[in-house]
Amino acid sequence: MDSKLKFLLRLGDDSMILGQRLSELCGHGPILEEDIAMTNIALDLIGQATNIYTYAATLSAEFKDADELAFLRFEHQYYNAVLLEQPNGNFADTLVRQFFFDAFRVPLFQHMMQSNDETIAAIAEKSLKETRYHLKHSSEWVIRLGDGTELSRERAQFAVFDLWRYTQELFFMDEVERELVDTGIIPNVADLRETWLKTVESVMQTATLQIPENQGFFGAGRLGRHSEHMGYILAQMQYMQRAYPGMQW
Amino acid sequence: MVTLEELHEILSQVKDPEVPVLNILDLGILRSLTCENNHWTIVITPTYSGCPAMQTIEADIRTAISHKNIQNFTIETVLSPAWTTDWISEEGKRKLEEYGIAPPVDEVDKSVLFSKPPVVPCPLCKSQNTRMVSQFGSTACKAHYQCLACQEPFDYFKCLR
Repeated sequence: MDSKLKFLLRLGDDSMILGQRLSELCGHGPILEEDIAMTNIALDLIGQATNIYTYAATLSAEFKDADELAFLRFEHQYYNAVLLEQPNGNFADTLVRQFFFDAFRVPLFQHMMQSNDETIAAIAEKSLKETRYHLKHSSEWVIRLGDGTELSRERAQFAVFDLWRYTQELFFMDEVERELVDTGIIPNVADLRETWLKTVESVMQTATLQIPENQGFFGAGRLGRHSEHMGYILAQMQYMQRAYPGMQW
Repeated sequence: MVTLEELHEILSQVKDPEVPVLNILDLGILRSLTCENNHWTIVITPTYSGCPAMQTIEADIRTAISHKNIQNFTIETVLSPAWTTDWISEEGKRKLEEYGIAPPVDEVDKSVLFSKPPVVPCPLCKSQNTRMVSQFGSTACKAHYQCLACQEPFDYFKCLR
C-alpha cells in the first residue's frame, strides 16, 4: 500500500474509532453538560475522519469514498492505536484516555500544518482549532478528578496506570512514516513524545496523580492487530452496511 | 447569463439551518464566486470539521440556484484557510444577538488551563453578570451560558481562531 494512504488511514482511524467510542455516551453521559460535550467532541472527530478518509479514498484503488473506508474495511484493515478502542469504562477512564490522545494530537496537528502536502496541511489547520478545545476540556477534568474526592482520585489514578501502557503506540513509526518524514509530508511522530510528556507531566502534577515508571506494552494497532474490543466496535458501527449493502438514507 | 450581483442575491437567501437568521454570507462560509466560460464555481468552507449543517447548506445552495434555472455551476468545499469566527460579518453578529445567541467575543489564549471563561453579555437583558454552564453547547459552534441577572439560559457562539 502507498505510504501516504497507509498514514492517512492510521491518522483517520484514530479519529474514527475514538469518535465512535465517544458517541456511545450519547444519552449516557454522567451529567447533561458532559453528555453534550462528549458527543460534540465525537462529532468533531468523525468530521476529521471524514476529511481524512475523503483524501485517502482518492489514493485508494479499493475504496471509492469516505463511507466505504469507514464501513467496508475489516478489523485487520483498521490502523488506529489500540488506546482508542479501549472501552469507555467509568468517567475517569474516558477522560484520561481522551487527555492522553488530545495531548498528542495538538502538537501533531501543529507540526502537520507545515506539511508540503496542501491537503494534509489544510486538514491539520482545521482540526487543530477543535482539538485545542478538546485538550482544555479533558485536562481540566483530569485535574478535577485527580485532585478531587477520594473516590474520583482513586479512579483517575487507576485509569492512568491502566491506560499508560497504550500511550507508547501513539509515537509509533515504521517505514511508512519515515518515508513521509523524509519527503516533508509529516512531522517526525516519535519526536512529539517529548512535548506530549511535558503536557502530561504538568497536568498530572496539578492533578496530584502519579505516572507509572514502566513504559511496558507496545500495541500493534498501527499494523492492524487489535485488542478484543475492536471487533465489537466495528460490528456495531458497520451493521447497517453489512446487513443492507449499499443502503442510503 | 446570471451576473455576480444576482448570484450574490440568490445565495444571500441560503440560511444556516441551525441558526436560521444567518445566511451563508453573514456566516463567512461562502469563500468565493468565480465564473469561467459561463460556468460558476461556488467555494464554501465548513465551520467545524463535523458540522452536520454543511450537507444541508450545500443542498440548499443547489436548490436555490436551480430554481433560477442556472445549470452551469459547481460547489466546492475547501478546508484552508480554516474558518474562524472573525469571518462572521458585523451584520451577522448583530442578527445573532437579536436572535438570542451571544456573538463571539475576544477570548484569551484557550490553551491556558482553568482560564476564566470570557465575559459574555446576556443577549436578552445585556447584563455582564453571566456564567458559563458548559464549554460545549447545543451545536459544535456554541457554548452554554446562563444570565445571573435575568436567569435566562442562552447560547454563546464561541470564539474560534
